[in-house]
Amino acid sequence: MLKRAQALFLRSLGAVLALVYVGGANSESAASQLNMPQGVTEVSQAAYDIHMIMMWICTVIGIAVFGFMFYVMYAHRKSRGAVAENFHENVLVELLWTIVPAIILIVMAIPATSALLKVYDTENADIDIKVTGYQWKWQYEYLGEDVKFMSELRTPQDEIYGREPKGEHYLREVTEPLVLPAGKKVRFLITGNDVIHSWWVPDFGVKRDAVPGLFTSAWAKTDKPGTYVGECTELCGSGHAFMPVVVEVKEQAEYDQWLADKKAAAAEYASTIGKQWTFDELMVKGEEVYNRSCAGCHAVNGEGIPGVFPALKNSVIALGPVVEHLRVVVDGIPGTAMQSFADQLSEVDIAAVIHYERNAWGNDVGDITQPIDVLNYKQAK
Amino acid sequence: MAHGPATLADGWVKYISRWVFTTNHKDIGTLYLWFSFAMFILGGSFAMIIRAELFQPGMQLIKPEFFNQMTTMHGLVMVFGAIMPAFVGLANWLIPMMIGAPDMALPRMNNLSFWILPFAFAILVATLFMEGGGPNFGWTFYAPLSTTYAPDTVNYFIFGVHIMGASSIMGSINIIATVMNMRAPGMTYMKMPMFVWTWLITAFLLVAVMPVLAGAVTMMLTDINFGTSFFDAAGGGDPVLFQHIFWFFGHPEVYIIILPAFGVVSQIIPTFSRKPLFGYSSMVYATASIAFMSFIVWAHHMFTVGMPIAGELYFMYATMLIAVPTGVKVFNWITTMYKGSLTFETPMLFSIAFVILFTFGGFTGLMLSIAAADIQYHDTYFVVAHFHYVMVAGAVFSGTAAVYYWLPKWCGKMYDETMGKVQFWIAFIGFNITFMPQHFLGLAGMPRRYADYGLQFADWNMVSSIGAFMYGAAQILFLFNVVRTITHGKPVDKPEVWEGAEGLEWTVPTPAPYHTFEKPPQVK
Repeated sequence: MLKRAQALFLRSLGAVLALVYVGGANSESAASQLNMPQGVTEVSQAAYDIHMIMMWICTVIGIAVFGFMFYVMYAHRKSRGAVAENFHENVLVELLWTIVPAIILIVMAIPATSALLKVYDTENADIDIKVTGYQWKWQYEYLGEDVKFMSELRTPQDEIYGREPKGEHYLREVTEPLVLPAGKKVRFLITGNDVIHSWWVPDFGVKRDAVPGLFTSAWAKTDKPGTYVGECTELCGSGHAFMPVVVEVKEQAEYDQWLADKKAAAAEYASTIGKQWTFDELMVKGEEVYNRSCAGCHAVNGEGIPGVFPALKNSVIALGPVVEHLRVVVDGIPGTAMQSFADQLSEVDIAAVIHYERNAWGNDVGDITQPIDVLNYKQAK
Repeated sequence: MAHGPATLADGWVKYISRWVFTTNHKDIGTLYLWFSFAMFILGGSFAMIIRAELFQPGMQLIKPEFFNQMTTMHGLVMVFGAIMPAFVGLANWLIPMMIGAPDMALPRMNNLSFWILPFAFAILVATLFMEGGGPNFGWTFYAPLSTTYAPDTVNYFIFGVHIMGASSIMGSINIIATVMNMRAPGMTYMKMPMFVWTWLITAFLLVAVMPVLAGAVTMMLTDINFGTSFFDAAGGGDPVLFQHIFWFFGHPEVYIIILPAFGVVSQIIPTFSRKPLFGYSSMVYATASIAFMSFIVWAHHMFTVGMPIAGELYFMYATMLIAVPTGVKVFNWITTMYKGSLTFETPMLFSIAFVILFTFGGFTGLMLSIAAADIQYHDTYFVVAHFHYVMVAGAVFSGTAAVYYWLPKWCGKMYDETMGKVQFWIAFIGFNITFMPQHFLGLAGMPRRYADYGLQFADWNMVSSIGAFMYGAAQILFLFNVVRTITHGKPVDKPEVWEGAEGLEWTVPTPAPYHTFEKPPQVK
């Protein structure tokens, strides 16, 4: 009953406010976008419940206080002939309005405490997943399973900059979502690689800062398969708005199949690392990797952002010996925003992107960098 | 009178020298107020750029890199350039007149504390035009985004913050010295106007926490330039340490902003209720306890950082407790109006709007204090909406109310009441259209400091932007009304100006002469 009344209240509030604005091309119903989601885990439900309790307590107090205030503003106005009295103290009411709110707060603290205990109940997890925040993507590592991959925004730059119409899942789509099994308790071990990020999935009630040098933990367990979308919620640089979190919850059997496929793909990849790629194959692959992983700083046209991120077009590194180029991409440059890509990109990706950087935008070194060269460089260290 | 102030008629050299070398509390107050209004317009124009970009999904006008500079500069300019100097300006003008003192206790330091401010902001704003751009790490400048990953211009930012801090510390030492030593005979502490009380307490907060901020930026400076690792995990430091230090400054800072606003409203509501402030002594105690509590709740800004549960519970309980003294203040204001004889001139309208909207922001603050729910609210637009309800509808509305209320005393002219009321309603409606929908955006999942967003957030963002432009327009009207009052306002000569006004500042002639209370008044 309470929930229906509240839904009705919010919907009518939405309708009233909707009258205020003109246009609004997107009709992804405003009314459903007014409140916190209940989500699909115990923690998100607990957060929702305590949120609603607090909101209703505040609403009732607000109606009482503002109601009295509006009555005073109506009844005691000079234009209605009100004459001011001169009282300015009353110990009893002053004590009352100190003690009564204190009691209300103590009562509120009880459900607030039990909700928080649920958030921290990370013991006895079935699966551990390490979540690492990078500028500007997430890495997921299934601990003990040898499965590890990057998850980055799939929305093309053209949609962001309005050169193409925006797709249905604008900024809510990634190259590879995190996959979880339904009905299992999953513990997330969250850390950051460069700056602080924050990993948020509203429907799980999970938001934890990803701090470099520190592990924090959170957990989720849900029985409802489906796709859940979240965001990075700690300012992490210019790509902050462009590193969504997408989680797919699958039934156990499907999950097992997915995990087996991932392992098989990793094994297959390892066996093909010696393959020789052609110049053009690497250019195509390299452009794709570059635009996804490098263009955020160095720009799609390779010109960087003057004064912040260096240009690659006509740069000493991109036109110089390939081993220097490998060093920068694989090891990074300590103390700068140029991080090591050794764990972020595969050997094929690194080879392709180096090849692309040396042969695009008028750079014309003309050499070919093969995946095996990258592997050899890594192993030589 | 010993000497009058130089006017334009004396030639521009003398006129400019008057303002540069002035040690008169009224002149310095005026300088602070005009400076803060200029910063308010500057910070506001940054906000307009932000809202214009967020009008629709996609990047239309600016790049994400510049967007981050805008959110950062908007916060820094508004907090350190607009709101804080505005209240220091009011303190300069009013505290000596309210306690019956001829001037501030340390007039030369007063001059210095103002005149270093324009340099601080020139340095800060100049970074926008430098290679690498301005600070882009948020007004909270969390390390390592603000250290290892910051543009080189961060060093200018650090220098600017140091100067602002020095200015604030000098300003507050001056206020403490003035209030403690220069009260007129008979003006005991418990007879001081609320505005003086709230500023005295604020000044102590400032002296306590500005050095903490200075420490934080100095650690950044050495991390960036001298190879230390305070905030760098790779060198044995801790990025979370930065947040603890920052918020140990930052939480008292938000009360530094709001306490003088409480003081202003506590002056205005009794006047237009024609009835003394209800519960004066409990107001004083409530202010003092809010100030004390502001030191022990800082980590509620960090509920998602992964603190141990004991810490999380402690900071939750402590934060909830702040609702008690804050509630006392709200109840006192409303009871002051109860059985009064109310009229609704512009200052009163802004003060009533302050009470309503600040209380609303207090409610969302209480919700935010619940750690389990805060995990969902944290760093979303719900937080943005919350702190704009307390900062804009709190500090800015009360600052506007203060200007309308004391302007006739300052310049001897009455402002245009109709224009004031029109400005109030545009500001009030515009403010709510801007920030009410941001609650919904936050709850629906839109994080703050996002240069771009998914299509599901499009509608409310558009509404919010329209409201923001409306609120921005109201400030132009405000400027126009104030300037017009000074040039064309109807002269006022009654000392008390307002029918129900009480206090020493209303006993001096209108406009207030250049020197007041050269002989201290006797307070009964």
